[in-house]
Amino acid sequence: MLEVALRHRFPGPAGFLLDAAFTAPAPGVTVLFGASGSGKSSILAAVAGLLRPQEGRIALHGQPLTDTAARHFLPPEARRCAMVFQEGRLFPHRSVEGNLRYGLRRAPRGAEGPGFGEVVDLLGLAPLLARRPARLSGGEKQRVALGRALLARPSLLLLDEPLAALDTPRRAEVLPFLEALRDTARLPMLYVTHAMEEADRLADTLVLLQGGRVQAAGPLEALTARTDLPLLATRRDAGVVLTCEVTGMERGLARLAFPGGTLLAPLGDPLPGRHVRLRVRARDVAVARGAAPALSTDNTLPALLQSIEPAGERECFLRLGIGPSTLLARVTRDAVQRLALHPGEAVTALVNAVGGERG
Amino acid sequence: MHLTPEEWQALRLSLTVSLRAVAVSLPLAAAMALLLARGRFPGRTLLDAVVHLPLVVPPVVTGWLLLLVFGLRGPVGAPLAEWFGIRLAFTSEGAALATGVMTFPLIVRAIRLSLDGLDRGLEDAAATLGAGRLDRFLTVTLPLMAPGLLSGAVVAFAAGLGEFGAVITFASNIPGETQTLPLAIYSATQSPGGEAVAARLAAISFALAILGLLASDLLSRWLARRLGRG
Repeated sequence: MLEVALRHRFPGPAGFLLDAAFTAPAPGVTVLFGASGSGKSSILAAVAGLLRPQEGRIALHGQPLTDTAARHFLPPEARRCAMVFQEGRLFPHRSVEGNLRYGLRRAPRGAEGPGFGEVVDLLGLAPLLARRPARLSGGEKQRVALGRALLARPSLLLLDEPLAALDTPRRAEVLPFLEALRDTARLPMLYVTHAMEEADRLADTLVLLQGGRVQAAGPLEALTARTDLPLLATRRDAGVVLTCEVTGMERGLARLAFPGGTLLAPLGDPLPGRHVRLRVRARDVAVARGAAPALSTDNTLPALLQSIEPAGERECFLRLGIGPSTLLARVTRDAVQRLALHPGEAVTALVNAVGGERG
Repeated sequence: MHLTPEEWQALRLSLTVSLRAVAVSLPLAAAMALLLARGRFPGRTLLDAVVHLPLVVPPVVTGWLLLLVFGLRGPVGAPLAEWFGIRLAFTSEGAALATGVMTFPLIVRAIRLSLDGLDRGLEDAAATLGAGRLDRFLTVTLPLMAPGLLSGAVVAFAAGLGEFGAVITFASNIPGETQTLPLAIYSATQSPGGEAVAARLAAISFALAILGLLASDLLSRWLARRLGRG
């Protein structure tokens, strides 16, 4: 487990104050999510030991890394928190292989972790080994940076917007590697991003940051089901993320089981048994009273209307219980009045899964 | 081209004086460049100005100041002579010292240029990978400073071959001891019928300067390729 509690005022006329505390379970991926300037990269730098906070305590697995009260500050090279930076930061004077071996050579003896060959295979680096970083594409650079960090055998992997400098196709090229890493390595990761899609696909725990403060922290699914977090709820793609298991195909759509029901969604042809994350956007969910007539929506689910929560002046969120799971529907207040919806009622949730995000 | 033994001597002396000057001032200049580029201390601007003084002060003045400090009665020269038997004024070592002081700012500038272009984030990355301070300096900072070190050294060596004012003031014009190429040319122009000697030595100086520039250019291209920027 990683415990972070920091207070740091940055110099300058603006005097940005970072005042954040959260814990991140290990293993698992904790995503620090927020707009640029929300302090998320500074938190990562403090964990890495590259920023010395004025006040605070950072501990990994109970071992303090920074503890200003005890005047304790472990230098970055002794923390075993390897970092992947937005711009890769590969050593330009070393080949890809030289970059990869840089961390490996400095890993403590007996430290557990994947071997050189394993990392090269996992990240598909074999054809790049002899090249210089200047001759790599952006996506290749980030894969090498990831491999270099893994080979340092860290006890915590820090990723500072590793995909932000990449265009969409490159991002799609690197994301699966990160997912594979999350699924195979028992390595805890702290991941900074301002891209919701990356959070959806990678996060076990989400920490929402705004103006240097933690707005909320918790499991991704629980946070996406809340309507009181502007950072999430005011987004166009606001909606609950469900972790589903692929159970087969039906009429050309993937059948996805989640606690309380199943959904059909166009996901290509995923392997049965695979776990995928599905973001069910609130604006893709509608409700009907009683049984629904024939509709173009792919899914109809019996649901319990738990509460009606405000979303701006003319709209609101309907919180729908489907077994132990929750979905949010975004509808107009007018619709609530027309249907005379009241909490506690049984309704039918209509889920249009076309726009659902896969993960 | 036929050279007399005296002319050979002047050429050899120029090369060794300049080489010694560069050898001694290179590590000091590297340390100074690091200090100026990265140090945050009061008086940094002043130190920066002092380092660059030899570029703007007349060389004769620099030579005279060296004479005041390192002369036999100077605050540094006297103890050097008394305790270690080292004499700098009017010796080839002194010529190297004067040349080193004159070319010092050139090396510092070249190294600072390469330091300014160096992404400090690379050192941070190395730190998170487990590299300590010295390790980071040797494996990241120094290799990436190398273009500055090399081009600074080459330019300083070429410039050192031609150093005149500070050398003649501090080390005098002693054939075989401190009479480097430019001093020999000066002496030749001062003696009747010395035009031919002066012309030959001038041609050599010219060739050396061209060679130095070529070498510097080749080196920096080679390094740029090594560093993957080519």
